[in-house]
Amino acid sequence: MTEALSFELSRPAVDPPRLPEADVAGPGPADVLPRDVLRSRPPSLPRLSEPEIMRHYSRMASLNYSISENFYPLGSCTMKYNPVVNEAAAALPGFAGLHPYQDEDSVQGALELMWRLEQALCAVVGVDRVTLQPAAGAHGEWTALRMIAAFHHSRKENRTEVLVPDSAHGTNPASAALSGFHVVEVRSGQDGRISLADLESKLSPRTAALMLTNPNTLGLFEREILDIAEMVHATGAMLYYDGANLNAFMGICRPGDMGFDAVHMNLHKTFTTPHGGGGPGAGPVGVKSELAPFLPAPTVERSNGHLVLDHKRPQSIGRVRSFYGNFGMLVRAYTYILAMGGDGLSQASQDAVLSANYLRKLVENDLEMPHEGPCMHEFVASAHNLHEEGVRALDIAKALLDRRFYAPTVYFPLVVPEAIMVEPTETESRATLDSFAQAIKEIVAQAKTDPQGLRDQPKNLPVGRLDEVAAARRINAYLQGQSDDPVLRWKAPVEGAPKHAC
Amino acid sequence: MPYLVHSPEDRAAMLEAIGVRSMDDLLVDIPQSLRLEGLQLPDGLSELETMAHVSALAGRNRVYPDRLTFRGGGIYRRFIPAAVSAVTSKPEFYTAYTPYQAEASQGTLQSIFEYQSLIAELTALDVSNASLYDGATAVAEAAMMAHVHTGRNEVIVSGYVHPEYVQVLRAFGDGRGIKVRKDGEPNKKTAAVIFQQPDFLGLLVDPRALTAAAHAAGALAIACVDPISLAILAPPGEYGADIAVGEGQQLGLAPSFGGPHVGFIACKKELVRKLPGRLVGIAHDAQDRRGFVLALAAREQHIRREKATSNICTNHSLCALAAAVYLTYMGPYGLRQVAEVSFKRAHNLAERLAALPGWELAFPERQFFNEFPMRVPKAPAVLRKLSRRGILGGLEVGRWFRELKGVVTFTCTEVNDARALDELVEALRS
Repeated sequence: MTEALSFELSRPAVDPPRLPEADVAGPGPADVLPRDVLRSRPPSLPRLSEPEIMRHYSRMASLNYSISENFYPLGSCTMKYNPVVNEAAAALPGFAGLHPYQDEDSVQGALELMWRLEQALCAVVGVDRVTLQPAAGAHGEWTALRMIAAFHHSRKENRTEVLVPDSAHGTNPASAALSGFHVVEVRSGQDGRISLADLESKLSPRTAALMLTNPNTLGLFEREILDIAEMVHATGAMLYYDGANLNAFMGICRPGDMGFDAVHMNLHKTFTTPHGGGGPGAGPVGVKSELAPFLPAPTVERSNGHLVLDHKRPQSIGRVRSFYGNFGMLVRAYTYILAMGGDGLSQASQDAVLSANYLRKLVENDLEMPHEGPCMHEFVASAHNLHEEGVRALDIAKALLDRRFYAPTVYFPLVVPEAIMVEPTETESRATLDSFAQAIKEIVAQAKTDPQGLRDQPKNLPVGRLDEVAAARRINAYLQGQSDDPVLRWKAPVEGAPKHAC
Repeated sequence: MPYLVHSPEDRAAMLEAIGVRSMDDLLVDIPQSLRLEGLQLPDGLSELETMAHVSALAGRNRVYPDRLTFRGGGIYRRFIPAAVSAVTSKPEFYTAYTPYQAEASQGTLQSIFEYQSLIAELTALDVSNASLYDGATAVAEAAMMAHVHTGRNEVIVSGYVHPEYVQVLRAFGDGRGIKVRKDGEPNKKTAAVIFQQPDFLGLLVDPRALTAAAHAAGALAIACVDPISLAILAPPGEYGADIAVGEGQQLGLAPSFGGPHVGFIACKKELVRKLPGRLVGIAHDAQDRRGFVLALAAREQHIRREKATSNICTNHSLCALAAAVYLTYMGPYGLRQVAEVSFKRAHNLAERLAALPGWELAFPERQFFNEFPMRVPKAPAVLRKLSRRGILGGLEVGRWFRELKGVVTFTCTEVNDARALDELVEALRS
């Protein structure tokens, strides 16, 4: 079961959609514009009727797993239920219909929402100010590092290095490098936590910041966080918090209290804005007061009950996105926070930790557990114990797909071989966790009796394992001019050419 | 509590299964001095109360009718077919994650592949990526590509490029050691010439001359384009630009106070390895069935880490989906109709506004598409008057460009019907 491309379904005889006529006197483009300003031939967009379009997209939708239908234990991604009321709130005409360049007087409700969301996020993570401008987590990381760079610069300090643990998300080193820093890796110790000795040896007057997530990507809380903060601050460096794992401890503890100076948050993880198949998200950044002068402009300020956009911020790093960020996502996150309240958010994190430990317990005899528990909101297992059967983490992932579960994150973090990273979240029932554990048991049993059968999965999905290597070869051939098949886009078949299965 | 699934009995049974007595036993690694009693936030609300609260905030905003909105500046009112939100509100699309497991994500992957194909067709370039955050970050990412490709450290922004895009470009450039120069001739230090067609004021530039000048200096030409205009204006691929970028809000997305929308980027095939973000390509399974996968991932941050040329991870997939539905719905002729109606109405309005006492076209010798700058006497008072009549008038651009004090850009699209144009002109005459 696959679906043809819209381009393949296209029929030239289909009427274009009915649209208004201009109904005014005026020149057409061809009347006033020189020919070389005009498009020479129309773009080859598909031509389909509305019924065909709707069926095409409905069929494609049916090819997807999604949180609305499937357990999605994707470690580090916090795939929790997306409350439907959030969608209703964002669609209110009073939000969706606002032009970003309306007068401030006419958008007081929107600015109030942004201001209140900032206050709520400050309370959750323990910081003084928050910028809502970054569009995604990686964008937030980079924004925070730009602020840290500006802070050191303002003190005439030349700090060129950012320390990143070896277990960190790939975006951490990338964001640091793109902020103009040299990246220095800090090793994890045997217990999966950052090695204080290695950290000590790498801290220097050149260090601008340490980027850390806590709990770390292994789902383990860095017990020595207060010592780490003291060491980092003693050298004059800043401590940056990657908020990927914020769902572990709302109401339990706060990065600001741990000593973090800058904190990014993913509204699309902890605060339930939908992932959309890969965005849009939102990656606000919270900072302690010493970094506040460097926040992106504009900020939202309240004076005498009136809200204003403050563009005059002389030390600001500038603007990181057009307008005021992904406002529609801010509405959703704010709605979620209102509905949950302080009590609900605290319970959510506790349940997330409980569920992760419960699931970990259920599968601890089936997979390797490289680190001792308890874990926080997620755990990392390893398929290394199935090495002799020739079964890998990827095979387990694919076998889970055949059992109607989305796969955990695999091969991350890089410090665990054959890593399987599981994050159940607080919105999955005990029955779902039990059935997932049962599936793992069955798969591990099959690994021992029929490893080849496992390597041939998935079999119950629209396609089997796709040959990415062959695809990459064909793309290379195209990019090197050895083939006309672009692979990365549809291309009209040449008349009379032999038909390939595409 | 909303959205939580465990009962107190579940929690007790789960703790027992784990072999601990209480939650505190699971939180032992957290130093006691860090533990909180709870959050300093009000308790949660019912859905009824939540919506009442949020609706009250929405009610404190003033929303102008589409047909009486003449303000653009990068965000435009357009007709959005009902098909767009019918598709994007399918939970199979909006609650899925980035398609890491291809076999269980074919819907998302194929829709991205179609989006890439549509953008490539529209821009007449070889390859589009799966989307970026917005027009501003798309400009900045394109500049980064040019910097890496040429090994040069300066980009030239030519003419009236959206001021917020230039601000974002500067912030990106600061971190990456790229200097942003306003206007001037490209030379051997120039990585790229960036221009906008039509420009921020709505005026048409000469993209062929700008592209030729960039190429003569060994620099790349980056065209920031309005996607609707490409139905009638020459696309970047036709005049030889190396990279096309732009804001896709007009392709089926509500203004929403500026976001979320979608940035698009497409390029010549020589530059594909430097394209930021996700790319989807065709692959086959063992039975030779066609499917779609994330391709060329070796460019990306999760593989290259500190050597990656972009840190982008997530893109704006759901907004790209909206754009794909919109473009598929319109087809080549629907899109041209939308563009032509906008063009004609804007030209009709420009003529009528220029006839008002004291009003004149700010650049009478220049051509435009569907947005145009007017010199308006007492512009702030005029706009206030329009607002009182329920009309969102044009945009004062003097706040960004000192030389344009008193200049207001007006925009027309297919939503501003003939009667709306009359109402605007009547309001201005009165």
